[in-house]
Order: sequence, then structure tokens, then C-alpha cells
Amino acid sequence: MNLNFQFDSVSDFFTMSGHGPYVWVCYLVTYFAIGYLMVAPIVANRRLLARLKRQQRLEQAEQHYPLQSENHS
Amino acid sequence: MAWTWFHQLGSPKWFYQKTEAWLPWLAVATLVLITWGSIWGLAFAPMDAKQGNSYRIIYIHVPAAFLSLAGYYVMAISGAIGLIWKMKVASLVMRSAASIGAILTFVSLFTGAVWGKPTWGTWWVWDARITSMLILFFLYLGVIALQNAFEREEAANKASAILALVGTVNIPIIYKSVDWWYTLHQPATIKFVGKSTIDPSMMYPLLVMVIGFYCLYALVLILRTRSEILVRERKSRWVQELATQ
Repeated sequence: MNLNFQFDSVSDFFTMSGHGPYVWVCYLVTYFAIGYLMVAPIVANRRLLARLKRQQRLEQAEQHYPLQSENHS
Repeated sequence: MAWTWFHQLGSPKWFYQKTEAWLPWLAVATLVLITWGSIWGLAFAPMDAKQGNSYRIIYIHVPAAFLSLAGYYVMAISGAIGLIWKMKVASLVMRSAASIGAILTFVSLFTGAVWGKPTWGTWWVWDARITSMLILFFLYLGVIALQNAFEREEAANKASAILALVGTVNIPIIYKSVDWWYTLHQPATIKFVGKSTIDPSMMYPLLVMVIGFYCLYALVLILRTRSEILVRERKSRWVQELATQ
């Protein structure tokens, strides 16, 4: 099996004898989609857990230092 | 009755905890295979005699198209399981599969259009394969729209699962479209039965990419389902404990 680099130079690799833009646009869009698919749910999970943690802290603070608005006379 | 209760309450937590250990392995396999396959396909696979270098798009176009079809089965089957046994996790898998499938179908339509320009001289034709793939894209969008169209989630799951099941009729049409209507799209080059019409030096990187995309699919399906589970179980004790850590 032939496993040589198929292009004469690096610039030839990028232009791909005229087909470069088509090929590279496809790969970029695909990598972007893959990145989004992998990162989006992880970010969503982190945000949700951080939000829940904030709520827990607020509730704890509420228990330790209850609001005493009625006592000001 | 006891079993319904078990599925509804027990499963999401079990799924979330069970899949935790698989994620790093799947992520490594996905990244290694897709990187390896991309470099091989882009730089080391020989140029196509007829299509020149534009054919290198095949290494993402075909895996994305494979997974958009396989993903439809995942969506329809998990939708059916959710419909029949009222399994919570199954309905969440269906939800996740719908958005992943829509993105993958978009990728295969987009790369196909860009590949068509230098090869056929046009971005788009109403060829049988392309049209049936476009219908697949709309089916995914329809399932997503139905999921968000109902106030009650149970009703949304039911309606979208039924649409997913009815839409399954489109899948064999997509597979067979290149043989039934011989229009512009080339017939399949990799065959499970009989000899493939693609040279091994071009096929091996494609196989690496296909396996890489299967790993990617499994990974993102699990990730997304876990995320859906967390949102729905956010008031339960185990998620609250997870947040405290």
C-alpha cells in the first residue's frame, strides 16, 4: 500500500490543485460541528450544577441568618 | 405497577452513574480515530483519478451520512421503547438523538453540496438520494419541533416518538435511492455483500473515519442524555448532592 505524502509541497497540500477551498471548508464545518456536539452538553452540565450549588448556599444562609424585617420598630 | 415506578425513578440515576466511566475511553477513541483518519485521508490517501482531490471530502461526508441514518434508528427505537414501556431514559435518549441526528444530517448535506460543485458543477440537484436525505433532515427537525410544542413532556414524547416511527419508512428509501433511481449521486462504493468498488488505499482511512464517527456518536449521545437527565432530576437528592461536591 502506498503511504507517501501525496503532495509536492505544503502549499500544494493547501491548494489541492484548485480543490483546496472545497475540501477545507467541509473539514472546518465538520470539526466545528463535532466540537459543538462534544462541548455543549458538558458546558450545560457544569452551568446547571453551579446554579444548584448557588441555590443551596442561599438556602443555607437563609437558615443561619433568617431575615428579621419585622423587628425594626 | 412496581416496575413502572422502578423505571421512572430508578433508571436516570443509574444511567448517569453507569456511563461516567465510559466517557474518557470514548472521548480518547473518538479523537484519536478522527484525527488519524483525517490526516490519512487528507494527505496520504492517493488522489482520485476522475475527481482529483475533491474526493477527499468522502472521509467526512460518508461517515456523517452513515451516522445520520444509524442515528435515526436509535431515535425511532428509543422513542418506541419510551412509548411502550414508559421508560424515562429512553425518551431522553430519543430527545438527544434528534438534535445530534439533525446536526449530522446537516453536515452530510453541506459536505455533499460543496463536493458537488467541483464534481458535478452544481451545489444542488433534486436527485433521489439528496432529496430523501433532505426529507430526513426535515424529519429530525419535525421531531425536535414536536418535542418543544407541548406543555406536558409526556405528550411531547408520545407525539414525537410517533412521528419518528412513521418517518422510519424514509430510511430504506434513502439506502435504495441510488439503485432505484439512477440519477446523479454515485452508488455505494463500500458493500457489505460482494466486492467494494473502492481501492483499499482509499478505503482503510474511510473505515477509520467511520469507526471514529460511531465512537463520536456514542459519546455525544451519552453526554447529551446525561445533560437531559440532570435538568429533569435537578430537584432530586442525588443531583443536589452532586452539586454540593
